[in-house]
Amino acid sequence: MLKLDHISLKAGDFTVDDVDLTVASKEYFVLMGPTGSGKSLLVKAVCGILPVQSGTICIDGNDVTDLEPGKRQVGYVPQNSSLFPHLSVLDNILFPLKVRKLPKKKAMSNIEPVIEALGIGSLLSRSTVNLSGGEQQKVALARALSFNPKLLMLDEPVSALDEPTRCEICGLLKRIQQDFSIATVHICHNLEEARIVSDRIAVIADGRIAQIDTLKNLMDKPKANVVKKILRLAD
Amino acid sequence: MIFRLPESSTEVVKSKRNGLFVVTIACLAIFVVMVCLLILADIFYLMHWGVGLKKLGQILSSPQVLDCLRRSFVTSIIALLLILMTAVPVGYALSRYRFFGHSIINTFIDMPIVLPPVVLGISLLAFFGSPLGHWIKVGLQHYGISLVSSLGIVMCQYIVSVSYCIRAVKASFDNVDRRLEHAALTLGCSQFQTFRWVTIPLARNGLIAGGIMAWARAIGVFGPLMVFVGTGSRVQVMPTNMWLELNVGNIETALVVALITMTIASIALVVAHFLAPGRKWS
Repeated sequence: MLKLDHISLKAGDFTVDDVDLTVASKEYFVLMGPTGSGKSLLVKAVCGILPVQSGTICIDGNDVTDLEPGKRQVGYVPQNSSLFPHLSVLDNILFPLKVRKLPKKKAMSNIEPVIEALGIGSLLSRSTVNLSGGEQQKVALARALSFNPKLLMLDEPVSALDEPTRCEICGLLKRIQQDFSIATVHICHNLEEARIVSDRIAVIADGRIAQIDTLKNLMDKPKANVVKKILRLAD
Repeated sequence: MIFRLPESSTEVVKSKRNGLFVVTIACLAIFVVMVCLLILADIFYLMHWGVGLKKLGQILSSPQVLDCLRRSFVTSIIALLLILMTAVPVGYALSRYRFFGHSIINTFIDMPIVLPPVVLGISLLAFFGSPLGHWIKVGLQHYGISLVSSLGIVMCQYIVSVSYCIRAVKASFDNVDRRLEHAALTLGCSQFQTFRWVTIPLARNGLIAGGIMAWARAIGVFGPLMVFVGTGSRVQVMPTNMWLELNVGNIETALVVALITMTIASIALVVAHFLAPGRKWS
């Protein structure tokens, strides 16, 4: 579903260098690494917000490296949810469909399953400003799923939440990913989060991929110190 | 005295009446009293000369004053539209893009703010005396349009006020979270749709406040008008009318027009303050 081929990019002084990775369709892929390791930059590059210096990004077999963000069919949930404060919850969720000029009736029927799956029916008329952190993330997820994207990119979607809410949302994310059969890339630096959601994990440090494998294999055979450190296996 | 700590704290504390508090609050009080005295002086002066409500009504309904009021409003509204058409794209470009010469242009934008207004009038005269300006002037005259008309007034109002609006518009675009624009892009918006549906609505209050400030500035333009279009009856606006009335010793009319200008400016300031980004009415 997603294939990154020798991706290099630069933001200020920081460089992400020669990243290769593949995410299968229907796979829940977790990108782990310490703060400032380049995880978010990589996600932004896949979403088209940040240009790459070299390499290619393929989504569903199509080269999207030079495609503008809106044409990549990627649902993006940023760290702070980034809901539009001037729109209600419903208008936020309908926003991508309004952009695509879908009639309101068709748009409403499109978002119904998403709203039901996330259990946010009671929030629709509310302003986004007064929502709790967990509710905001659910609405942001609904908005990202509303236009049936091929790929879901979640940039630390639960890092700002308290522990019980974090576990609840992680469980929800995994269930949604399975229900909608959508390839998902989830950034985190929390082992518990990765344990709940991941099919495979890539550990990234200093802008380079250190190891990609299932959590079990990473735990059993860590290939680098940074992997041990991230998985809390280091002495 | 009791006051609240800014935003981060809701704790109410008793102020310590230290030296700094006394000095700064005293300066604030003197300034407020000074401004109030200036406004009250106009009112007392009118009362002193027996300008009651009846006389006030007579002055306000005189054809000359009404003509000036109408011309001031019409020209300043046209100037405001032109100012917004300039300030929104220019403010956005300065806020969002970094290009060669950005800092210099950003500084250059403030030039009309720091220059004495009369200099701008002289510059307009000089421009229309140059070959290019002369060519434009002749072209306009060909269609029966003179610069010594509402067109000249609008030019002066535009040139003096546009920088204020650009500055305010840029500040309100700066305040819009870039992450919201990124989110809109990934949700399918083009750059223009993001601007139309996300950036503009989020910067709306700042844009309105900037427009009001620029309009208030435009309606009060005086120096450039004196230099560029003069004081003929076809080009008189409120500030030039005030000056003419003063010159002929008709101070009551000048003061009434001054009070109208002050009222307009006060309303504009209150609305602009209320709408300005990041400000809360308190």
